[in-house]
Amino acid sequence: MSFPRLSVPMGWPALMGWSAWKCWCRAGLLSFAVLPWAAAAAATAFENTIAQRVMACAACHGKEGRAGPDGYYPRLAGKPAGYLVQQMLAFRDGRRHYGVMARLLEPLSDAYLMEIAQYYAGLDLPYPAPRGARVAPVTLQRGRQLATLGDATRGLPACAQCHSAALTGATPGTPGLLGLPQDYLNAQLGAWRNGQRRAQAPDCMAQVARQLEPDDLVAITAWLASQPVPANAKPGPPLPPVTGLACGSAP
Amino acid sequence: MKHAWIAAAALAAVLAGAAALVGVLNLRGEDPVMEGPAAPASAALVERGAYLARAGNCMGCHTASGGAAYAGGRGIDTPFGVVFSSNLTPDATTGLGSWSAAQFWRALHNGRSKDGRLLYPAFPYPSYTQVTRADADALFAFLRSLPVQPRRNDAHALRWPYSSQAALAVWRALYFTPAVYQPDPAQSAQWNRGAYLVRGLGHCAACHSPRNALGATNDALDLAGGLIPMQNWYAPSLASAAEASVAAWPARDVVELLKTGVSPRGTVLGPMAQVVLHSTQHLGEADLTAMAVFLQSIPAAPVTNAPVRAAADVRFLAQGAKLYENHCLQCHGAGGEGVAGAYPPLAGNRAVTMDATVNLVQVVLGGGFPPATAGNPRPFGMPPYVLTLGDADVAAVLSHIRASWGNQAAPVSELDVSRQRGSIRP
Repeated sequence: MSFPRLSVPMGWPALMGWSAWKCWCRAGLLSFAVLPWAAAAAATAFENTIAQRVMACAACHGKEGRAGPDGYYPRLAGKPAGYLVQQMLAFRDGRRHYGVMARLLEPLSDAYLMEIAQYYAGLDLPYPAPRGARVAPVTLQRGRQLATLGDATRGLPACAQCHSAALTGATPGTPGLLGLPQDYLNAQLGAWRNGQRRAQAPDCMAQVARQLEPDDLVAITAWLASQPVPANAKPGPPLPPVTGLACGSAP
Repeated sequence: MKHAWIAAAALAAVLAGAAALVGVLNLRGEDPVMEGPAAPASAALVERGAYLARAGNCMGCHTASGGAAYAGGRGIDTPFGVVFSSNLTPDATTGLGSWSAAQFWRALHNGRSKDGRLLYPAFPYPSYTQVTRADADALFAFLRSLPVQPRRNDAHALRWPYSSQAALAVWRALYFTPAVYQPDPAQSAQWNRGAYLVRGLGHCAACHSPRNALGATNDALDLAGGLIPMQNWYAPSLASAAEASVAAWPARDVVELLKTGVSPRGTVLGPMAQVVLHSTQHLGEADLTAMAVFLQSIPAAPVTNAPVRAAADVRFLAQGAKLYENHCLQCHGAGGEGVAGAYPPLAGNRAVTMDATVNLVQVVLGGGFPPATAGNPRPFGMPPYVLTLGDADVAAVLSHIRASWGNQAAPVSELDVSRQRGSIRP
């Protein structure tokens, strides 16, 4: 099973174009004749639970939101509820763009979206071991330094300042950065740089992403994706705001 | 030479006559717009207007995704280009702030803007023309009570000649006649109330009636089913027993469907989920019952036989049965029986067996949730299979479903599916 890797940090729809995406989908579905959704089928009986109600999400995000089979459908389990609900509202209201998501969320209420977010936030599932890094050690070292310390000479904050020292996120709305594939991280930072992905204004993450040089961006994502997720990783307590960064989605 | 002059003069006279006729037809049924100081709207009038705005789902089109309510800016795709909805908040320059109640009435009833420009029928004035002056005034009072949003209106992106006022004038001369709803004395007050809501503000015909090549509904009142332009969803016939006629339903089930989005006899998805979410769930029991009574009285359309198509290949159906087992059986059951209150049955379901298969393809590719309404706040969802199943697989599983458990509908082809994949963009 191999998927084309995005080595250029950009939003993938913009990069690949619709026709390339379609081909990629076809290739994907041939490789995955049996997806987690299908594998789960037939085994379990109907239960009147929130898990049953949101089985539609499992088609892409995997059983219990463990992440999809490729790099582009991120894990939902264990992310802060405030973050998850903000993302669903962003898809529904046009700040993030993915047609399938927008269409699924369009008829749902804010209250129901919060319930769905809390369901996934409350799931405590083991993380898979990280894949080996695909870059040179010097790049990893650069990535570690930027992620944990930032670059004061350029006024670049460290990831750890908002996403917690352990990089496992902070309540109520800042997600953890570990346990995510590099393709996904590249695509999201790329989308933030070109305006495809937006958070509530003022959009601090867009501000940071635009400050990143492409090489630094890849170094950071390579290092993040290579780190094991600590046992019992949970979002930490709320963190104080960072000077010079105003965040509408994590006030 | 002389003949040529005579011919040219005759042609000019005919053209002038036609233009005059189009002009006259466009001004039919117009009252002079009297300007005068508007009486202050009472709270009761504003409240009634808010209710009527729900009945007409004005917000559905006049609110952009993530935008301020009623501030417009939503693009409505049509076969002729994109029409952008306008700002209905009381901003003096971009909204209704400088409009009079009479001008608002003329827009609703005659399809003309404040400055006299002809409006595009994406604004469903062929239905809204049925609305009474009193209801138009209540709507206007409500819209004038909204918080001002200074959002500027977007120019429509229509292709020539559809973008021209002249083309619109011809279209209106052919297809639009202003007429306030006239109660049928042979029917009950309840039936008339239902007919008024369905034909007027409810503008059900905008989707549930067939459209001709110029986008006009042949008979705005027949509700004989139509393909919704650009969306690739089919709004089923409300007159056909093979589609969505409710003549044989208990009125209670019709009310429940419109109130909650789910009922023992059907579940709404797609565009109708939006209608229930933003409009019908907010209507009172009496109005919903009146609509049900009217809908049940629609004369049954003669049952047409579907064009004969070759029966599906046995191996194709076997492939579909296998796919059903892997992907659908867990929720919809081994006998296509569904789960009451959660997953609709597929056996004997008219949404499954009707001739038009576009909705089935939409649902399998894009998945969906019924609307989260007060009566069904936590709906169960259907997963999207756009990334999981190829066109041939979708065709096979749908053909299997349409030919199982007593269902006897024609198969779905791979081409039927591939034609629609483009409308489910990730």
